[in-house]
Amino acid sequence: MPMKITEKDVEQAALLSRLELTAQDTTDCTKSLNTILEYMDKLNNLDASTVDPSAHVLRLKNVFREDKREPSLNKESVLGNAPEEQAGAFKVPRIV
Amino acid sequence: MQLHTLSVHQLSELMEKKEVSSEELTRFHLERINQVEDELQAFVTITKEEALAQARAVDEKRARGEKLSLLAGIPMALKDNICTLGVKTTCASKILYNFIPPYDAGVAERLKRADAVLIGKCNMDEFAMGSSTENSGFFSTKNPFNSETVPGGSSGGSAAAVAAGEAAFALGSDTGGSIRQPAAFCGVIGLKPTYGYVSQYGLISYASSLDQIGPLTRDMTDLALILNTICGHDVKDSTTTLAEVPDFRKCLVNDIKGLRIGLPQEYFGTGIKTRLAEKIHEAIRKLEELGAICEEVALPHTEYALPAHYIISSAEASSNLARYDGVRHGLRVEAEDVLNMFKKTRSQGFGAEVKRRIMLGTHFLSTSNYEAYYVKALKVRTLIRQEFDRAFEKFDCLLTPTCPTTAFKIGEKADDPLAMYLSEICTLPVNMAGLPAMSLPFGMIEGLPVGLQLIAPHFTEGTLLRIGYTLEQSTDQTRPMPGLSR
Repeated sequence: MPMKITEKDVEQAALLSRLELTAQDTTDCTKSLNTILEYMDKLNNLDASTVDPSAHVLRLKNVFREDKREPSLNKESVLGNAPEEQAGAFKVPRIV
Repeated sequence: MQLHTLSVHQLSELMEKKEVSSEELTRFHLERINQVEDELQAFVTITKEEALAQARAVDEKRARGEKLSLLAGIPMALKDNICTLGVKTTCASKILYNFIPPYDAGVAERLKRADAVLIGKCNMDEFAMGSSTENSGFFSTKNPFNSETVPGGSSGGSAAAVAAGEAAFALGSDTGGSIRQPAAFCGVIGLKPTYGYVSQYGLISYASSLDQIGPLTRDMTDLALILNTICGHDVKDSTTTLAEVPDFRKCLVNDIKGLRIGLPQEYFGTGIKTRLAEKIHEAIRKLEELGAICEEVALPHTEYALPAHYIISSAEASSNLARYDGVRHGLRVEAEDVLNMFKKTRSQGFGAEVKRRIMLGTHFLSTSNYEAYYVKALKVRTLIRQEFDRAFEKFDCLLTPTCPTTAFKIGEKADDPLAMYLSEICTLPVNMAGLPAMSLPFGMIEGLPVGLQLIAPHFTEGTLLRIGYTLEQSTDQTRPMPGLSR
């Protein structure tokens, strides 16, 4: 059942979502997230065991299009937003 | 002439009769923006040169005798999470401070084809997360009725721009009430269409199963015109309906005799300001006078909608915002390795509320929490939807206040994320079920507008238009104008 969130949980969530928090941020965040999570406890009063989950509301399923090639975005305009680019590719710090 | 107080259809008629040109109209609005924008700050970007060029092109087309749409030459504003080709689109976030989309959103393209003139991109809560526009990464927007209060959010800039006459109409986006609540706070009409009616292509995603683009206008005829233009299937958005879009102008009928309107008692519960409740009841009596049959209805799962919405929207946001990493666009904070680049870019680029929701969402989706939170919330969605479906067996439409209060003071809820979220308590359940809903102004309390919310079954926006139009024709309460200093 939903438990309160600890500073360690917040650190873990920050790691997974690639966010950097200071020690103060972590403390503040833990506090505000706990207030929010307490409100979520309302859901414990609801027995939804026989209900199917809905990922979305439309009765749509498997909307496909024909596998037909069409023009893509203009490469220049896409690379135009790149913080750093080289040889038609996005440049980033070394990975391996 | 007070051109900024006229509606789209009135302006269209003036241009058709050649009493004003599109260029003159655009210049007028740019001048209007000059007069009030310092105080209001509704815009992130004002597209002066592009707007004048578009306006001149429309005047040339008209001079050549070309048949033009009813939106041709009309100055409009788009929320800054709607991609506009070649025009900076920031989501009011530092992380997209310099992003220039290489494509137009589906709705932007449709409005372009209709020759509407883009006058600017509107301020908003960062990534649409918020209910007051105070979470903008750049600056806050003021409410045109009272500069000490918020315009609402997250489409606060769009609502303020329309209310203050800086644009003849605007588009916003609504994930939990972000069109309807600012519309209520700013005394304009705001409609969130049925999920699937308007393309999300080019709408910078917040929560994809809940987001929907919609219009903010000053009258019901304008609303019909804009819906006619923006609704419809888009091959680039696989969640859009293939159903044909009617001519919504045919729904502007001044007659609601026999229409059955449900009043969900849960929405009139604690938290709603007394005088606001009185105003809503005044509207109900007016509707009954006009022949509608109003009756209470129970929607007992309403109280679970907010926590479930919070969970679903945070979870989807944590996934949708993973793409902001400094690699392909926007802010990049240099670092020795890629992981640190991601962390520093995201930490410096995102504001506090955005980071909070990303972390909440990540927490809800982590293995040990997934069932208890996320799946449970998806089940609540099913229950909410079924409950609305059952209510619509008995009623054509439901009526509630849009918000428990009128516009609150700047700073009042800024430090309390939960209180901020709670201001959308009447609007959130609608997004969970994907229903169309509209906020219509109905009078004022202490100088601030009151908003009335109408909710209809899927793809029956016509009912909302009919009720709105009837009220508009029968009372002067639906069109407050702010008394701006200039």
